Amino acid sequence: MALDLARWQFGITTIYHFLFVPLTIGLSVIVASLQTAWHRTGRTEYLRATKFFGKLFLINFAMGVVTGIVQEFQFGMNWSAYSTFVGDVFGAPLAMEALLAFFLESTFIGLWIFGWDKLPRRVHLACIWAAAVGTNLSAYFILAANAWMRHPVGYEVDPVTGRARLTDIVAVLTNDQAWSTYLHVVAAAFVAAGLFVAAVSAYKLWRNREPREHELFRKSMRAGFVVTAVAGALVALSGDHQAKLMAQYEPMKLAGAEALWDDEHGAGFSLFAVGDIQDGRNHVNVQVPGVLAFLATGSVEGDVQGINDIQARYEQVFGPGDYRPNIGVLYWAFRLMMGLGMAGVAVSVVGLWLTRKGRLFPYRWQYPFVIAALPAALVATVFGWVLTEMGRQPWTVVGELLTAHSVSPGVSPTEVAVSLSAFTAIYLVLAVVEAGLLFRYVKAGPAAVMPYPEDDAAEPDTTDDRVPAFVY
Amino acid sequence: MDLPLLWFVAIAVLWTGYLVLEGFDFGVGALLPVLSRDDTDRRVMINSIGPVWDGNEVWLITAIGATFAAFPAWYASMLSGFYLPMLLILLALIGRGVAFEYRGKVDSVLWRRRWDAVIVAGSTIPAFLWGLLFANLVRGLAMGPDHVVTTSVFGLFDGYAVLGGLLTLGLFLLHGAVFLSLKTDGPVRLRARAFAAWAALVVLPLLVAFAGWTQGRSGAPWTLPVAVASVVALALGAGLVRRGREGWAFTSTAVAVGALAVLIFGSLFPEVLPSTTDPANSLTVDNAASAPYTLTVLTWVAAVFLPLVLAYQAWSYWVFRKRVTRAHITPSVH
Repeated sequence: MALDLARWQFGITTIYHFLFVPLTIGLSVIVASLQTAWHRTGRTEYLRATKFFGKLFLINFAMGVVTGIVQEFQFGMNWSAYSTFVGDVFGAPLAMEALLAFFLESTFIGLWIFGWDKLPRRVHLACIWAAAVGTNLSAYFILAANAWMRHPVGYEVDPVTGRARLTDIVAVLTNDQAWSTYLHVVAAAFVAAGLFVAAVSAYKLWRNREPREHELFRKSMRAGFVVTAVAGALVALSGDHQAKLMAQYEPMKLAGAEALWDDEHGAGFSLFAVGDIQDGRNHVNVQVPGVLAFLATGSVEGDVQGINDIQARYEQVFGPGDYRPNIGVLYWAFRLMMGLGMAGVAVSVVGLWLTRKGRLFPYRWQYPFVIAALPAALVATVFGWVLTEMGRQPWTVVGELLTAHSVSPGVSPTEVAVSLSAFTAIYLVLAVVEAGLLFRYVKAGPAAVMPYPEDDAAEPDTTDDRVPAFVY
Repeated sequence: MDLPLLWFVAIAVLWTGYLVLEGFDFGVGALLPVLSRDDTDRRVMINSIGPVWDGNEVWLITAIGATFAAFPAWYASMLSGFYLPMLLILLALIGRGVAFEYRGKVDSVLWRRRWDAVIVAGSTIPAFLWGLLFANLVRGLAMGPDHVVTTSVFGLFDGYAVLGGLLTLGLFLLHGAVFLSLKTDGPVRLRARAFAAWAALVVLPLLVAFAGWTQGRSGAPWTLPVAVASVVALALGAGLVRRGREGWAFTSTAVAVGALAVLIFGSLFPEVLPSTTDPANSLTVDNAASAPYTLTVLTWVAAVFLPLVLAYQAWSYWVFRKRVTRAHITPSVH
């Protein structure tokens, strides 16, 4: 009972945290780029865009920060047996993340918010870049820690204490699961952030309230599309690599995600399946021949392991037990991740084509598609994590530690129920507040953060940057 | 110096940094309704910590992360053993972090009032709970040979622990008031100064009682001068702020908070989580530590990056060294 509640809590708090993280990762770089463009060209339009998207970035950033604190504590609070077992290895990247990335991110974001009128322009610009570097660096460390759970390397289990012991930090940080996941996750973050910029711009163009902003939002929408399209290609490439690593290190996850019950030569990619988990077979399975084998091994003739056979092999190695994750969830999470992600990227590619050579969308009904692409991309990242984490079950550390043996033995179901309800409640309230604020600032538009001059005279380029627009 | 001892010291340093730094921003948050007369006052107060509170909080994240890496068993037993208070601290930190960022984003009295309440609660609750929890660490918890804490949540509230909680709360209020007297100008500065002088009359006896109790309970010979230094620094700080020597007063209250943290960790050593069930079950610096290889890696990382962190955090304090005044607060809120 405590175990189930703790798993729900981890799932809810982590997924919630990760709704803000991709936007923080991508928007930090996008806002820094906009400010760089202003710095280089001196054009007020770029400054206005920097402040507008900067404000939205900060509203999102705050949520990412505060929901991240929970993660740092939760391993000890709810997963003390896990923490004791892995701390020697898993704690190192977390400590590095705090020291190398969080300090950088939080200190320089403070300098950026409050430093508009206090720092020389060049130094102020460097601050947002430092914060962006910190944000992207933190992703590497936490993903290296996560990758280690899926493919543990650079450690041994101490025969006396029974705990994992780090033997090679370089192996942990250069784990092929770590850098491959990093590419995949950060590229996905840029897909989401690019679509955020595109969706906000599309909304403003769709509403069509302020003609002076047409040019700004046409450009920012295209910039969002470009970021998404390029990042989308990287997501696909790294995703292909991830599938191959999955076949190698976590065959059960791949088999589950494909509802592939038996070892197969030249396995096909399932488009739609209805199966019987008790029976270990599919009733219906519509497949594209050879594609799964190609994804997993790089050859249409390759061999892919199936659930029933892996289960039998695991029982021989690890003893009796059920080593199958939740096949139904995995199968659909995999499809939703790919489907929604691809849909988001496709909107960008089509959008780029339709808005070529200085055009706007020919029809107004096309804008809502761009707006809808943002939640699609965010939900795709959520399903990506569902696949990754639920696909690792029943293990926390593959082959070493079962989830059932990871939970805190001293924490009662009542306590976890209290914390689960408290987090869920406060997170729901904050979600409403955050969404409301974002919408309010999108609606108010760039004029709210940087008013237009009274007359229609050309704007001077140097006045507004002395105003502390971001002070609390 | 062997590695586990070095890392015990490192973690004590991180906690000391956290309590000294976030101590004053907890104080500022909790004093919001006490030292302000209108919204401009409140914005002066919040903006005085605005650029730095988030960086201050990372000291906590780093202390917890370093404990996870260097003393996994300590991290695991402490956080699961303090489950409900830790939950309250997390909720408080979530609330106040969002509140700082969001309170000025909508121009509405009700909106700001609600977030102000969150800031006050989110600052007061952890200010009390950290003292309570550290006192519990010094006193020890019921813990079997499996290092699973069995003390119930009610067992965390004995006289010593509650005194510890009241002390950190009072100390942070005072430290925050002195910070405000140093970093603001105008009416807030004057009120903060007066508050600090009066608060010292309450906080000083609390500190004497807690430091004496701690020293008597589990202090080492070398922690006695530290305990005395904490008391002397606080008395000095109160006297200095009364005379308007705000920079030195802040240095003194910072030393008082820092020395208290050193006293707590000094009293804890060589244990990190004493067992009241049987001393043989205690987690110690040696039996809770990670293997030497991990500690070596961490040492190198910290040796390279901690000075860098200190440098840029110090720089950010320098950039925002000027006092915040009512004149700085622009009327339009965005």
